[in-house]
Amino acid sequence: MSKFIIAALVENKFGVLARISGLFSARGFNISSLAVGETEDPEVSRMTIVVDADEKILEQVKKQLNKLIEVITVYDLTGGEYVDRELILVKVKAASTDIREKIVQVVDSTGAEIVDIGKKSVTVEESGDEHRIKALVELLRPYGILEIVRTGKIALQSDA
Amino acid sequence: MAKLKGAEILVKSLCKEGVRHIFGYPGGSVLPLYDALYDEKSITFHLTRHEQGAVHAADGYARATGEVGVCMATSGPGATNLVTGIATAHMDSIPMIAITGQVKSVLIGNDAFQEADIVGITRSVTKHNYLIKDVSEVARTVKEAFHIARTGRPGPVLIDLPVDVQMLEAEFEYPRTIEMRSYNPVLKGHPGQIKKIADAVEKSQRPLIYAGGGIILSGASQELTRFARKSNLPVTTTMMGLGGFPEDDPLSLGMLGMHGTAYANHAVQEADLIIAVGARFDDRVTGRIDDFAPRSTIVHIDVDPSSVGKNVKVDIPVIGDAKSILADLTSVVNRKECPEWHEKISSWKKQLPLTYRKDDKLRPQYVVERICELTKGRDVIVSTEVGQNQMWAAQFYTYTRPRTWLSSGGLGTMGYGLPAAIGAKVGCPDAVVFDIAGDGSIQMNIQELATAVIEKLPVKIAILNNGWLGMVRQWQELFYKKRYAFVGLAEDVDKYCPDFVKLAESYGALGIRVKEKNQVDAAIEKALEVDGPVVMDFVIEREENVYPMVPAGEAIDRMIHGLA
Repeated sequence: MSKFIIAALVENKFGVLARISGLFSARGFNISSLAVGETEDPEVSRMTIVVDADEKILEQVKKQLNKLIEVITVYDLTGGEYVDRELILVKVKAASTDIREKIVQVVDSTGAEIVDIGKKSVTVEESGDEHRIKALVELLRPYGILEIVRTGKIALQSDA
Repeated sequence: MAKLKGAEILVKSLCKEGVRHIFGYPGGSVLPLYDALYDEKSITFHLTRHEQGAVHAADGYARATGEVGVCMATSGPGATNLVTGIATAHMDSIPMIAITGQVKSVLIGNDAFQEADIVGITRSVTKHNYLIKDVSEVARTVKEAFHIARTGRPGPVLIDLPVDVQMLEAEFEYPRTIEMRSYNPVLKGHPGQIKKIADAVEKSQRPLIYAGGGIILSGASQELTRFARKSNLPVTTTMMGLGGFPEDDPLSLGMLGMHGTAYANHAVQEADLIIAVGARFDDRVTGRIDDFAPRSTIVHIDVDPSSVGKNVKVDIPVIGDAKSILADLTSVVNRKECPEWHEKISSWKKQLPLTYRKDDKLRPQYVVERICELTKGRDVIVSTEVGQNQMWAAQFYTYTRPRTWLSSGGLGTMGYGLPAAIGAKVGCPDAVVFDIAGDGSIQMNIQELATAVIEKLPVKIAILNNGWLGMVRQWQELFYKKRYAFVGLAEDVDKYCPDFVKLAESYGALGIRVKEKNQVDAAIEKALEVDGPVVMDFVIEREENVYPMVPAGEAIDRMIHGLA
C-alpha cells in the first residue's frame, strides 16, 4: 500500500460523495484525506482524495470512478507535477505567559499565524504543502499539542 | 398547461419510454402510483407473489426481448425484496428500471414504518439510482434513468419516489433530449485498433474468438457470425454468451470455463490469439488466472473501459459497442487459413466430447437433450435456476439464437428461473418457454406458479429432481471427502419433499412425475401439448455430477472428466 492523490470533478449533487467513498471502502482502502468544494462552475464540485491503496487495484478504482454517472473527470496527480495546500489549526498548551511568548516566537519564525489565545492554550494556523505543515507540528510538539484539525489536501496540476 | 400528480407523471413518462409491461407488488407507499396505473390502458401490470418474483420477471422480460424490464415495489420490505434481483441484473448487465415507493419526504431517516434507505442499499448493485425529492424532477429522472439503463454497458437503475412526491402536482412535459456531460459511452471502435486486430489475425496460427454476454446485449450475433465465418475463426462462448453464436456451426466450440467443453478449454490454452468480445474474463471462465491462455496475444473488445485489463493483461484493447466493432472488423479482416489448428480442434472434439453415461437410468443430461430434440424448429426460450440444472441446461441444449438462454451468470441467483420464464413469456407470447430447474432452486420462488396460472402464462417447468442441493453436494463429494453437510432435501431416498405433482395441482397447474427414462418423451410432449403451466418432476439419478469440471483455482485445461 502507498499513498496516492486523486482529483475528481463531479456533479454538485447529493449522494455523489457516498458513491465515491463507497468505491474505496468496498475494497478496504482507507481515505486519509478528502476535500470537497465547488469549482468555478457552481454545478461542479472538485474532490481531492488522498488514499492508501494498492497500485493495481487503484487502477481499477479509477476506472470505476470514471464509470460513475455523476463523475465528470478523474485525475491521478500521484507522481506528476502539481501544487498542493492544506490548512491546519493546532491548539497548543500554554499555561504561562512565559510559554506563550516562546510559542509566539516560534510561530513568527515559521510564517504561521496565531489565531486564538486563551488562558491555557494558543491556536496556531498554518497553510502550505505537506512539508510545511509537518514542520510546524514538529516545532509545536514539545509544548504539548492539545488538538489538531486539518482540511485535507487540495491540489491542482501544474501547467509546466 | 394542466398539472398532473407525481404518480401520473411517472406513469406517463413510462409510456413515453415505450413501457408495456410492469411486474410488481403493491403496498402503502406506492398507492398513488398503483392508482395512476389503474387507468393506464397501454401498460399491463403483472402481479407477482413476491417482489423477488417481480424483479426476476422484469429481468427475464428484458433478456428475452432486449427491451428495458420494469418492476415496482413499495418502500421498506418491498424494496429490499428487490435487491437480489437488482444485483442479479447488475452482474449480468441487464437493462432494468426498478421503481420503489418511499415514505413521506419528512419522515425519511426517522425509522418510519416500512422505511429502508433503498438508494443507499442498492448503490453498489445498480448502474445508477435516484431519490426524487422534487415533483418537477420526475419526468427528467425517468428519461435519464432509461437512457442510462439501456445504453453503454446496460444495467439496472432504481428510482425511489416518496409517497408525498407521488401526490404533489407539476406540469408535465416529457423532455425530448438529455444532456449528461458526465455520461457519454463510447460506441464506435478506434479504426487503428481494429486494423491491429485484423493484422493479429493475419499473423496468428491458432486464433480463437471468446464471446460473452456483450454479444447478446449489443445485438451483435449476426455480426459475430459473419466475422467468424469470413475469417474462419473458431468461436467459444461464455455461459452468458450462449446463443450469441450458433452452436450447430462447425466453427462453434460451445461453452468454455469451469463446466465448459474440454475442446474449448484446450483451445484457449493452446491459442496464440484470443479475441475476447463482450466478455469479462470472469474467474469461472479463466480458472487459475496466471495460467490462462499462456501462449496467447489477447484482444479485448468491450464497451466498458473498466472491464478491460481488469483480470488479464490485454495486448489490443478496443473500447466500444460489439456490434459496430465486429462489423468494422469484418470489413478489414481476411480469411485465415489454419488447417492444422482446425484439425487439432476436431480431434479434441472427437476425443473429448460432452457426454454422459448412456444406460437405461434417468439421467438429467438426457432430459435436457430430449427437450432440445423435441422442440427443434420451434421458437424456444430456456431459463434456468442455478447449480447443476443450470450447467446441464447449458451443456446439453443446443443454442442457436440470441435471447433464448436466460440464466443468472454473474450473481448465480437460485430462484431466478421460474419468474424469469414468466417475464420471458410475457415478452414473447409465441415462444415456448422452459424453466430447467433443480428441486432446490425451484422452491426459492415456487410461489410464482400462482402468477403463471392466473395470468395464463403457460411456462413449462422441468425439475431435475435429485433430492439434493446438487452442485454443493458435488463439491462436497469431490473436495470435502463426501461429507454431505446440509445438502439433503429429501426426507428419505424414496420420500422427496415436497410432492411437486401435488404442489403443481394445488396451484392449478399440471404436474407430471417421470421416474423412467422411457417416459421422458411422453412427458415433454404432453407439456408441449397442454395450454397451461406444467411442472415436470424428473426424478433423476441422485448422484449424477456435472462434467467436465475444472476445480476452483486450477488452470482450465486441468479438467476432471466424468467418463474416462
